[in-house]
Amino acid sequence: MLAPASGIGLSWNIASDIRELLAYQFMVNAFRAGTIVAVAAGALGWFMVLRRQAFAGHTLAIVSFPGAAGAILLGVSATAGYFTAAIAAALVIAFVPRSLGGRAASSESAVIGTVQAFALACGALFVSLYGGFLNGLTSLLFGTFLGISASQVLTLLVVAAVALAVLAVIARPLFFATVDPDVARVRGVPVRLVSAVFLVLLGAAAAEVSQITGALLVFALLVMPAAAAQQLTARPAVSFVITIGLGLVIVWLGLGAAYFSVYPVGFFITTFGFAAYVLATAGRVAVAAARRRGKLADPVIA
Amino acid sequence: MTPAPAPPGLTHGPLAGVAHRALIGVLHGVFTGLANGPFSGIANALGQPFLRYAFIAGTAIAAASGLVGYFVVLRSQVFTGDALSHVAFTGALAALAAGTSLLIGLYGACVAVALAMAALGARGRADDAAIGSVFAWVLGLGALFLTIYTTSARGANGTSGVSVLFGTIFGLSGTQAVTDTAVSAAVCAAIIVIGRPLLFASIDEAVASASRVPVRTLGFVFLGLVGVTAAAATQAVGALLLLGLLAAPAGTAQRLTARPFRAMWLSAGFAIGSMWAGLLIAYAAPRIPPSFPILAVATGCYLGAFAITRRGALAGRGRRAPAGSDDVRGERVNPLG
Repeated sequence: MLAPASGIGLSWNIASDIRELLAYQFMVNAFRAGTIVAVAAGALGWFMVLRRQAFAGHTLAIVSFPGAAGAILLGVSATAGYFTAAIAAALVIAFVPRSLGGRAASSESAVIGTVQAFALACGALFVSLYGGFLNGLTSLLFGTFLGISASQVLTLLVVAAVALAVLAVIARPLFFATVDPDVARVRGVPVRLVSAVFLVLLGAAAAEVSQITGALLVFALLVMPAAAAQQLTARPAVSFVITIGLGLVIVWLGLGAAYFSVYPVGFFITTFGFAAYVLATAGRVAVAAARRRGKLADPVIA
Repeated sequence: MTPAPAPPGLTHGPLAGVAHRALIGVLHGVFTGLANGPFSGIANALGQPFLRYAFIAGTAIAAASGLVGYFVVLRSQVFTGDALSHVAFTGALAALAAGTSLLIGLYGACVAVALAMAALGARGRADDAAIGSVFAWVLGLGALFLTIYTTSARGANGTSGVSVLFGTIFGLSGTQAVTDTAVSAAVCAAIIVIGRPLLFASIDEAVASASRVPVRTLGFVFLGLVGVTAAAATQAVGALLLLGLLAAPAGTAQRLTARPFRAMWLSAGFAIGSMWAGLLIAYAAPRIPPSFPILAVATGCYLGAFAITRRGALAGRGRRAPAGSDDVRGERVNPLG
């Protein structure tokens, strides 16, 4: 995306590299936004992986693309488009499949797939109607860390804070409903409501992430840290903390690497995330082979 | 166009007869209409090679997607199809970045990843998080290849990435159309051949393997077919949208009938119908990219089926299970009957 300007280069002096990274206001904003996004995506992604809703999460992530494209077509802010589309899709997925009562998983996934494909088709339509922003299309889909304004960072922060606060309120019933929905229902947990609220939160998180990584790669930050952390430990609290830590490390490394290279930030974020997942899986297998009750103190990624 | 032998589900039963006659009526109407009816504009249009190629290849691709998609939905492998659609993007761009033929990258990547997923699924279930992590990374690689390609001299115009994502069915050349049609017809034939055992294995794996149906082999063959279909459909509707051709017609058919073979042919019919309607709309309104009306019609069919079955379910509550809420698992239809 960005060809390195003269004078920018990676040296062996890490302190000076970091100073150089943070010398520009746009990079400071990128790091702030990335940090907010990593925390929100980690927290919601952890529940998403636990609930096996990766497909729904992926669809919510992708829907932000037509949202942004439509918003640009209408001339309103892309941020509003991201959030509106993702939250609307969350409501559709939450309420359509079950409105006939109990429903087999297969037709629920058909609903999600149809929502996703139709949303993308709308995105293609908006892009083609707008006509002029084919250059922006790549960054809508694959992300850019350039040009994140201070007001955007503020929006991200507010939305993330609200989403995390709501998540904190519903965390216990949500966890209960995830681990054992039948018992939870009997004990008076409003399972459907909690699930719907969770999907809306997930939509909000996906909309946040897509402003950094692009609509197609949001999924990396939602699923990879959580998948890696849940490989490392079965204890919920520990893996939750590891998830958020991994998310932060992946985003920071990804932004840093993207700054010093010509390749897109989405590529680096997905690659670091996948490396974390592969290392975590390998580590789990190795530890399990070495001793029955191994305990890892640190996430494997360094 | 579809080399369909008399489908078993359509040869008996009153509704089947209606569906069959309707299908023939539509075919007849379309062709006579195209020849000399009030649609002579369309006849002229079909005189243009690009539209003829689009119709021929589109019909074959839609038929293959509809048939394969039915089993994808039945086996709850929609997420796998989703993953493969993203793999198609990366495969195509890797080929473009390396300067080789797009088809090699497309088919190679899709089939290889599909077989890998089948292998993962055979050893315990390939879980969501594993599939998701892998394909998110594959997509990240796609972003890398896109950058390499667009910054290289070959990809200076920068539209190839967009056309891989969103399809260029009006841009198919004659040879591409022939290739796609042949590949899709082969997929249809393969699905028809393995249809019965595959259905059995999908509905009740344990009983099927006890009755010596080669469940594992079928799983591999099927995912391989999904990979091939994904690669072919990428050229028509694009990597991002082919999931719609797999999921929407199949979901529609499943809502309308619980009988497996009827649903399978309905699914193919809806896919072909969406393709034709979409192509005509896109031809009439050139500013609209063809992928949009194709998927809009498919989604509209799904919504229609949803509304119909919902009303039927409300009216018939208490008499029988709502028509839309059961897949064949719930109905216990004899899979071989």
